[in-house]
Formats: sequence, structure tokens, C-alpha cells
Amino acid sequence: MSERLYRVSMLVNAQRREAEVPARLTLVDFLRDTLRLTGTHTGCEHGICGACSVLLDGAPVRSCLIYAVQADGGSVITIEGLARPDGTQGTLQDSFCEAHALQCGFCTPGMIIAAHALLNDNPAPSEAQIREAIGGNLCRCTGYQQIVDAIQLASGKRDGGIA
Amino acid sequence: MKAAPFEYFRASTLAEACAQLAEHGADAKLIAGGQSLVPMMAMRLARPAWLIDIRRLEELQRIESRNDPVSSADDVVSVGAAVRQCVIERDPLARASLPLLGRALKWVGHVQTRNRGTVGGSIVHADPSAEIPLVTCVLDAVLELRDAAGATDVPAREFFLAPMVTAIAPEQCLAEIRFPVWKGARVGSAFEEVSIRQGDFALVSACAQVALDADGKCIRAALGIGGASPFPQALPEIGERLAGTQLDDRTIVDAADAAAKLIDPDGDLHATAAYRRHLARVLVERVLRSAREDVR
Repeated sequence: MSERLYRVSMLVNAQRREAEVPARLTLVDFLRDTLRLTGTHTGCEHGICGACSVLLDGAPVRSCLIYAVQADGGSVITIEGLARPDGTQGTLQDSFCEAHALQCGFCTPGMIIAAHALLNDNPAPSEAQIREAIGGNLCRCTGYQQIVDAIQLASGKRDGGIA
Repeated sequence: MKAAPFEYFRASTLAEACAQLAEHGADAKLIAGGQSLVPMMAMRLARPAWLIDIRRLEELQRIESRNDPVSSADDVVSVGAAVRQCVIERDPLARASLPLLGRALKWVGHVQTRNRGTVGGSIVHADPSAEIPLVTCVLDAVLELRDAAGATDVPAREFFLAPMVTAIAPEQCLAEIRFPVWKGARVGSAFEEVSIRQGDFALVSACAQVALDADGKCIRAALGIGGASPFPQALPEIGERLAGTQLDDRTIVDAADAAAKLIDPDGDLHATAAYRRHLARVLVERVLRSAREDVR
């Protein structure tokens, strides 16, 4: 069976990417399978776990709940896009390591995207605001406390817009 | 989990979307934010042959005041069906005139889903525990449905028929939601719910809006219960009983008892019918107190 293909064009981590995709291809599958950006993780595939969170036009969204055709013309930032220009880890990523905020690492890209969006809006969030911001992201390892610690750590040492 | 194959059409006007619906009928589904529809499609509970994308339609993005300075009737704020939930949280007009909707949104999903999910999408999805449908019923909002032939107004209280079943026809598109805004009164509102985890579907929810006069007497009250019936349930008969009272604690407890008797909840894996009825009573009492305090 051949499905009709649709042309999509979007900025992904500030690079123009174009492809012909079936309408039912989700944004997360487009990122991982078509563009080979495998930092974004596929978890539940129905909007529960938050592992696939990316920034779409600046706002954190679940990339499993968006078809790639819907994101046509948009701008996507994935976890790969949060590295420093020299390719080393950003402040939030460093803070996650420092505070032991990951064990298996499956939820980590989504957590860091959610935290990045929070710190962009609110550079000095309270603990309650941090917990609200990551409320849509499940972690089965840490019990969340170290993740909250890591985001607080990053908010204290964030350098000019690079998370 | 992957959706079944479908064809995609991005409408550039509402008329074009309605023409597509007229052509494809029940084979087509509208998509805006997709935060309810895409999971349904992933689980193949929904298998539309066509998706008509209305997310970018300017006509469905407006939040407008339709005040009538002469009439003594309520003011009206109209919200376009494709307005994202996160926009309501920030929009100055919505915040000033629809405080109950703002309070409800704190309970809707998570940051990531509110950034994408729309006001209209939640209404047409019609989950019986959803917050936005409950607010439309409690405030007695009017829903404007469009099709290729024109517009039809349906009161929210007549729109929700059963879980995920509404009065909308396959060829219709929800275009806007017109919320009454109570004029010239000191208004307080509250929304509360109990769910297994914050952001999960509510086991039971309740909300209330009250208006008090200068002496603290209740001149108007509206309230309702979600998650405890096949559809969101406004309780105008309880609201009428509260008008004219001082909204003292005794009156509120009596109203909560009466409200819990008006619902007929089902039990399921998550909560028994008796527990849902208990939650309804507790939550109605809580929202009436909070709404009263919100005024003072």
C-alpha cells in the first residue's frame, strides 16, 4: 500500500529541513527516523509521558501528539539544539549531571526541554513552579527530587540564554 | 502505536473547511491542537479518512468583547474555537472577564498540552470529566456551529449528550464560544477537582461563580459538577436557591448536600459511585466557600 506523501519544510535547530512524508507520521518519528535526531525519545506515543517534548515555535509541546504535516512552516528545537555552539553540554545538561538528575536517562531530554522553557519564561522559579513545569513529564527512576534540584542549580548559574 | 493512514488538508478559510466537511461527511475529522484526537487516532479509537486542519484559521483565533452598553443583559466575551488554552491563560480580556475559565485551565492537562490544545477542541471532544466543557455549562455559554449552509447557535447545556457524544453534526465546525460576563457585580469564582495525579482526568470536579452585593448578599450564583455524570452538569436549581442568601457556611453545606443528590455517578476502576458522590458534596462546598472568599 502506498500512502500519499506531503511535502513538509521546517526549521529544526535553526537548520531548514525538508522531506516528503505520509500524513500520519508524527513529529517525533519525523525527527528520529527521517532526520536521525534520536535525542528526542519516543515513550508512550499517546501524550502521557512527556519524553518526546520539543520546543515548537518556542513553546514546549509533545511531538508524539503532532503530525509532521501540522508542523510544516514551524521552528522546532530538540535536545540536540540545546548544546553550546562548540557542541559541549549546556548549563541545564551539566546541572542534571551534577545533581544526579538522571539514572536511565529516558525522560531526560523531555525534562530538559520542559526545564529550558520554564527558565526562558522565569529565570528564578520557585520549587512549586518547577514541579508544575515538569508535571507533564514522567520519570520512573529518580523520584523527581534530583531533577528539581538540577533545575534550581541551573537557574542559579544560567549564562545568557544558553540552557 | 501509529495512526491508520489518512489524507490531510489544511484549510485556509472556515468556509473551505466547511466545504471539505460537506464533501467527506463522517469520513473527515477536524483537527486544531489535536491533543485529544491524536491519542484517539494513535490507539485507533478514531480512524478518520481525512483530517481537515483548522489550527491556523484567523477566524477561529479571536477573543472579543461583544458588550451591549444599552441592554441590561450580560456582556458577552466570544472565544474562537481554535484559541489555544495557553492563550486564555495570558490574554488580558479573557483574564479580566472570564476568571472561572482561567481557574479551570490550571487543571487542564499540562504545560505541553495547553500550549497546543484549544478551547474548542476540549469542548467537541466532550470528555465528561473535562474542565472547559463544565465551565461552558455552568456559565450558560452559547456555542456557534458552522456548516456550509450557515451558523447555528446551541446552548452549551444542550450540547453535551453522553461521554464523547455531542449535538454537533459531522459536517459542522464549532466556530466560537460566547460566554456571558456578569455585569456590574462583585464576582468571585473557584474551580476544584480530585484526580489520582495532578493533570490526570478528574474523578470529580466542581466549579462555582457567585456575585455579591455591597452588603455581602449573594445576588447570583452558578455552579456545576464534572466527572460524576455522563456529561458536565450545571446545577441552576441550586444557584437559584443561593441567590438572596448571605452565603453563610450553613447555606453552603445545605447546597452541597442538595447538589450531591442531583447527580447519579457511575463507579469504575478508579472510584466507586459512593466515593464520587462524596467528592461531589465536598467539592461543591469547597468551591462555594472559595468563590465567596474570592469576592471578599
